[in-house]
Amino acid sequence: MSVLETKMERPPDWNRPTDLQPHGENELLEVSMGPHHPSTHGVFRMDVTLDGERIIRLKPVFGYLHRNHEKLGEGQTYLASMPYTDRLDYFCSLTNNWAYALAVEKLAGIEVPERAQYLRVILAELTRAQNHASSVGFLIQDMGASGTPLMYAFKEREKILDLFESLTGSRMMCNYMRFGGCRVDATPAWLDQTRKVVAGIPAFADEFEALLCENEILMARTQGIGILRPELAVNAGVTGPLLRASGVDYDIRKVDQYGIYDRFDFKVPLGDRWDVYDRFMIRLLELRQSLRILEQALKDIPGGPVMDPKAKIRGFRPKPGEVYGRIEAPKGELGFYLISDGSPNPYRYRVRPPSLINLTILEEMCIGHNVADIVLILGSVDIVLGEVDR
Amino acid sequence: MLGEGIIKGLLETARNFAGSYVSKERLTTVQYPEEREPLPEASRVFPFLVYDGSDWLAGMRCVACQICEKECPPKCIYIEKSADKKPDAVGKPQAYPTRFDIDISVCMSCQICVEVCPFEAIKMDNKFELATDDRFGGLLLDRKKLAKPNEYYHQIHPTEAAEVDARLAAERAAVEAKAKAAAEATAAKAAAAKAAAEKVASEKTATEKASSEKNTPSAGGGA
Repeated sequence: MSVLETKMERPPDWNRPTDLQPHGENELLEVSMGPHHPSTHGVFRMDVTLDGERIIRLKPVFGYLHRNHEKLGEGQTYLASMPYTDRLDYFCSLTNNWAYALAVEKLAGIEVPERAQYLRVILAELTRAQNHASSVGFLIQDMGASGTPLMYAFKEREKILDLFESLTGSRMMCNYMRFGGCRVDATPAWLDQTRKVVAGIPAFADEFEALLCENEILMARTQGIGILRPELAVNAGVTGPLLRASGVDYDIRKVDQYGIYDRFDFKVPLGDRWDVYDRFMIRLLELRQSLRILEQALKDIPGGPVMDPKAKIRGFRPKPGEVYGRIEAPKGELGFYLISDGSPNPYRYRVRPPSLINLTILEEMCIGHNVADIVLILGSVDIVLGEVDR
Repeated sequence: MLGEGIIKGLLETARNFAGSYVSKERLTTVQYPEEREPLPEASRVFPFLVYDGSDWLAGMRCVACQICEKECPPKCIYIEKSADKKPDAVGKPQAYPTRFDIDISVCMSCQICVEVCPFEAIKMDNKFELATDDRFGGLLLDRKKLAKPNEYYHQIHPTEAAEVDARLAAERAAVEAKAKAAAEATAAKAAAAKAAAEKVASEKTATEKASSEKNTPSAGGGA
């Protein structure tokens, strides 16, 4: 029996109101949730209009963490933007690095050596594993289970961050990938340690599933909440686990097969009820698929250089042109759009962040639910404000 | 049964709780600052300047080329180049920084200065306990505060430092070999030139002799 089947039987719209007008004597109440609300995952505000406890309108307000990322990128060299991409989605700095490196490599026509490709896949899947573990932990914390599940997830995340630190020098701001490869090579000891950590993650996933998946409180709070219909998700440009939880089979690792993803055997889990519980489960299932990719990559990793010998650090001037490079980041499609005019700086530097675009359907998911469910639905979108505001 | 899933989850928690008394692996925290985990070798925080020998000013590898200042993404480095030159560790006259400041409240530990430095002069430190009550002066490090001996570099990043030393030694050897080869070449060239000059001179005298013997107007035609 798949874990997705452990569900309470309930019509999908069991708590949707029949109309959005105030009932009887009630007056509408406007509540500003955030930007200091601890459940908003940063500095994010929602202007919520309430009828009693029901949400009838919700406006997401962001920009409190705006750091001028794109304009900064136009004023400095291509390489100098690389450490700034770490700060976009600070949970997944390595996938951000990869997306940017992929775009620039496409622009300049740089080849990446085999070993570097494998290292990139290993690091990206480790990033995905730790992001999904912690985002599920945060989701459970938003539900009110403060501490325990999050700490279980963070215990696992910490092991992966230790791996990042011993390879790249930093736990979160890795700044590891370069145009044409990776900055340093992984030692055999590092690969062995990674194999050990990867071998330990299934035990964590089992433990986490035993802890939560059949918990009646979790099921009552998440099933049938925050339904996102597939057609709306596709129209809104939603990507990532949120889209796959709505039952749309779209994973850029399968669609584009960037890097060397065509060599790995993995599945794309899909949801069938399109609710918060599905998003929670999709993340746990994707974590297990990431482990499959990791095992294959760690088995097959070849020797050789990790940098294209022709790639240079200083004086990098790609030929004029424009390019869009995208990858499947843990939160969805992360793309970099670059225009080069032949100078050392990009003429235009644009980021397509998954978190921002996944936020646009927040109102549709929240309408009709209770105030306490906003927190949960927002948690299931899995946003990082560093990426939303840039 | 309702509540079965909750009990199942609580059992998992209880197993972890009880396990933390018997199993070392379940204890994942350390009591900082009394206990510390060793930092990985690659760990990086803020940059420092490497010097060779015992005198920090005389042995400083930095030649104030200002590449790191230019490449630094948040522009946290400020360098003033000296007007005069002084001999560096190998005795070659080089410029040196009269001022080298890094504002570590701006620095974002990206390591790009280390990557672009052609003289292996700037490296990453791993000291992270840098809290200070002086917000401006305490976080603006000048060249004296930044200078650390090469031995310290070996201590914090042993593998990397050994590689750097080997590379520098190889470069120095290459420079010396080149200089030696160049000296030899100039000597050989000088000798060759001298020989050629002598030869030309002797030929000239020979032709002059021949032309005077023949005593024709087309003197020197055979040269």
